[in-house]
Amino acid sequence: MHIPDGYLGPTTFIIMYLIMIPIWLYAGYWVQKSLRSRQVPYLALAAAFSFVIMMFNVPVPGGSSGHAVGSALVAIILGPWAAVVTTSVALLIQCLLFGDGGVTAFGANCFNMGTVIPFVGYFIYKLISRTSPISSNLRIAAAAIGGYVGLSVAAGVAGFEMGIQPILEHTAAGVPLYMPYGLNVTVPAMLIEHMMFFSFVEAIVTALAFAYIARNSPEIIFDYKPENDTKASAGQGAAKA
Amino acid sequence: MDKTLKVLIIAMAVLVVIVPIGLLATGTAFGEWGPDELQQAVGFVPAGLQQLSDLWHPLLPDYDFPGGHETLPTQAPGYYISAIVGVLICAGVGYLVAKAIIRRTD
Repeated sequence: MHIPDGYLGPTTFIIMYLIMIPIWLYAGYWVQKSLRSRQVPYLALAAAFSFVIMMFNVPVPGGSSGHAVGSALVAIILGPWAAVVTTSVALLIQCLLFGDGGVTAFGANCFNMGTVIPFVGYFIYKLISRTSPISSNLRIAAAAIGGYVGLSVAAGVAGFEMGIQPILEHTAAGVPLYMPYGLNVTVPAMLIEHMMFFSFVEAIVTALAFAYIARNSPEIIFDYKPENDTKASAGQGAAKA
Repeated sequence: MDKTLKVLIIAMAVLVVIVPIGLLATGTAFGEWGPDELQQAVGFVPAGLQQLSDLWHPLLPDYDFPGGHETLPTQAPGYYISAIVGVLICAGVGYLVAKAIIRRTD
């Protein structure tokens, strides 16, 4: 899902940078306001984890490939705004050092993988898990579905950004200047590849790591409320009161 | 260092050790083709794409040493070095950014 240089025209990549500037600023503000110094090593680890998990390319029939991103997991553990920061760090290093994702497309990639996945993933996770105990199977399933839906929606968004290029940027004769394929190709291609393959990888990675952390160190999870667990163990009546 | 952090760091190290698995997928991801691949697929290289695609010259393009390696054994060393370098730099930059932002110690 790393859009390279040349696939988005200036209109799109400048808009994506402009969208990301306030998101980066607020993410920094949120992290400062909400996280504590003992979480610093986890943020560092999250950036490194995102980097390496994206190196696990999965082959798909038809000769294409793709990978999980890991930012739904980071969103669930450290908060979606923290995931914006850590995923952006990983994407920056990938782009500058390894040419994975373009310099011009960096804003778009940070939006797709560093913003859409964390927020959609976290929203779905919250929606399903509600006040269930932290290490309950429901919450682990919620993390898996959050990862699955997060990556799938982001793939559709990336497909949309690429697919509008033939409409936005073309020569006087109508020849595309950037991504030559239109929405009718890019959106279904991105959605199908991800929903059939890569989003399952994201779901498994998110669920496994979440289950381990929830069972062993729930206090790391940024919105963990110990009282939910006590209520649950005290019975359903107490939880509703 | 608490136990969970230690386990997660070990899990990270394991991911780095098994990272060549990522090389089994040889196909290019959708929308990440080089100009030559696009030429083959659609019969031309869009002018703007041609221009922009040459904008940035990274140190280790495609997570590999220079030399256009085609087989897994020849790609693996570059892939390993890329994973190690990338993980260390991401952790370092992530640590510095988080350290610079976070003030609360409670």
